[in-house]
Amino acid sequence: MIEVNNLHKSFGDVEVLKGISTSFEKGKTNLIIGQSGSGKTVFLKCLLGLFEYEEGAIAYDGKIFSQLSEDEKRNIRAQIGMVFQGSALFDSMTIAENVMFPLQMFTKQSKSEMEDRVDFVLKRVNLPDAHSKMPSEASGGMQKRVAIARAIVNNPKYLFCDEPNSGLDPKTAIVIDNLIQEITDEYQITTVINSHDMNSVMEIGEKIVFLRHGLKAWEGSNKTIFKTDNEVVTDFVYSSNLFKKVRKMYLKEHD
Amino acid sequence: MTYLHNIGAYFLMIVEMFRKPTKWSVMKQLILKDVDDLIIGSLGIVAFISFFVGGVVTIQTALNIDNPLIPKYLVGFATRQSIILEFAPTFMSIIMAGKVGSFITSSIGTMRVTEQIDALEVMGINSLNYLVFPKFVSMMLYPFVISIAMFLGILGGMAACVYGGFSTLEDYITGIQTDFETFHVTYAFIKTIVFAFVLATIPSFHGFYMKGGALEVGKASTTSFVWTSVVIIILNYFLTQMLLS
Repeated sequence: MIEVNNLHKSFGDVEVLKGISTSFEKGKTNLIIGQSGSGKTVFLKCLLGLFEYEEGAIAYDGKIFSQLSEDEKRNIRAQIGMVFQGSALFDSMTIAENVMFPLQMFTKQSKSEMEDRVDFVLKRVNLPDAHSKMPSEASGGMQKRVAIARAIVNNPKYLFCDEPNSGLDPKTAIVIDNLIQEITDEYQITTVINSHDMNSVMEIGEKIVFLRHGLKAWEGSNKTIFKTDNEVVTDFVYSSNLFKKVRKMYLKEHD
Repeated sequence: MTYLHNIGAYFLMIVEMFRKPTKWSVMKQLILKDVDDLIIGSLGIVAFISFFVGGVVTIQTALNIDNPLIPKYLVGFATRQSIILEFAPTFMSIIMAGKVGSFITSSIGTMRVTEQIDALEVMGINSLNYLVFPKFVSMMLYPFVISIAMFLGILGGMAACVYGGFSTLEDYITGIQTDFETFHVTYAFIKTIVFAFVLATIPSFHGFYMKGGALEVGKASTTSFVWTSVVIIILNYFLTQMLLS
């Protein structure tokens, strides 16, 4: 579980996060949503420790990150898997080497043990024959799946995904969403996804945190988001006619 | 103010580069890859430039010695001194700032732009140690490159001298053996080691701390070349003053 308390982050005079408090539960897919510029990426990077924040606290399973020693911080980081928006695969390595990388860095496994584990996770993300390809030879969807494989190869306790569906067609996006949800359930990971893809919100948003102007404007789930009266949320979520119709139908059914 | 900030950040980067070392089994591979990219990959251009510039230095020297009282072997002597003292360590380092420096800045800069450095940091890896330290270690083989530059420069001078008809082979060889001071070679290698450090770290600094997209990677490579060259020239002056005067 990750708990965030009163998080403040500024860049010069611009305050990007203005006191966010929330929590992300274990075994659930937690979504951070909001318009561009609402502070989602900065929030995610603060959670990951890539940005230092001025005020507030982030606790991983009760341990406040900023109060930990360097070794303890490193131990927590070794338990984090991250899927970046652009996949961030190491372009000088093959797909198998990319996936093996965290094992080489953080475990004492033998080469054959590592290869077995890489085979397993590549099969798990439906890429059983991609070992020797370079990232540049893989499609966007494949690169995302490799990034997921690399993120889960070392059995992380926390999985972060920054816009995992960006640049993907709707069908591939659903495959990626389902994969993330299955992995979260299977390994009971605390998953935090940064997204503005409404399909993801509806499909896998077991917990949703809506950010606006650096503040938490709403918190709920994919079940309660249909019923909310919060105008800011409804403006964002139902900005397309399709979703307006879906909402109308949903409310009709549940009235 | 920005300059002071950058100088401070550069020295902090160097300190950070030696902290939290990457696992040796991984680091070994990174060092070997960088030796291949930075040292072995530079040998061709270094050999080509050295040989022909050596030849040009000889021709220029020979053409400027038109007084019949000056012995012909001085062509070889002047070529040797120019190549060992300045051309191989300094001029070649400026060329390497363009070749190796741009490669380092653009490869690290691209990793920054494509979030590969963020990926390393999220995993808890000291990205400066992982990326810059192997380059620093590889560049410690740079004196080997400069030795080849010295040898081929003098060889190119000999070819130009003999086949151009400026003096005989015996005169040239007498020239390159005249008043030979081993300290001049030591001085050249001291400079080379210092320049190797500069060549590994300044381009890494510009790549690692760059901000923006693909266009900025190109700009960072240019800035890195300019600053690496400036620092090499300044250090060359001070090292020469300290070691030779």
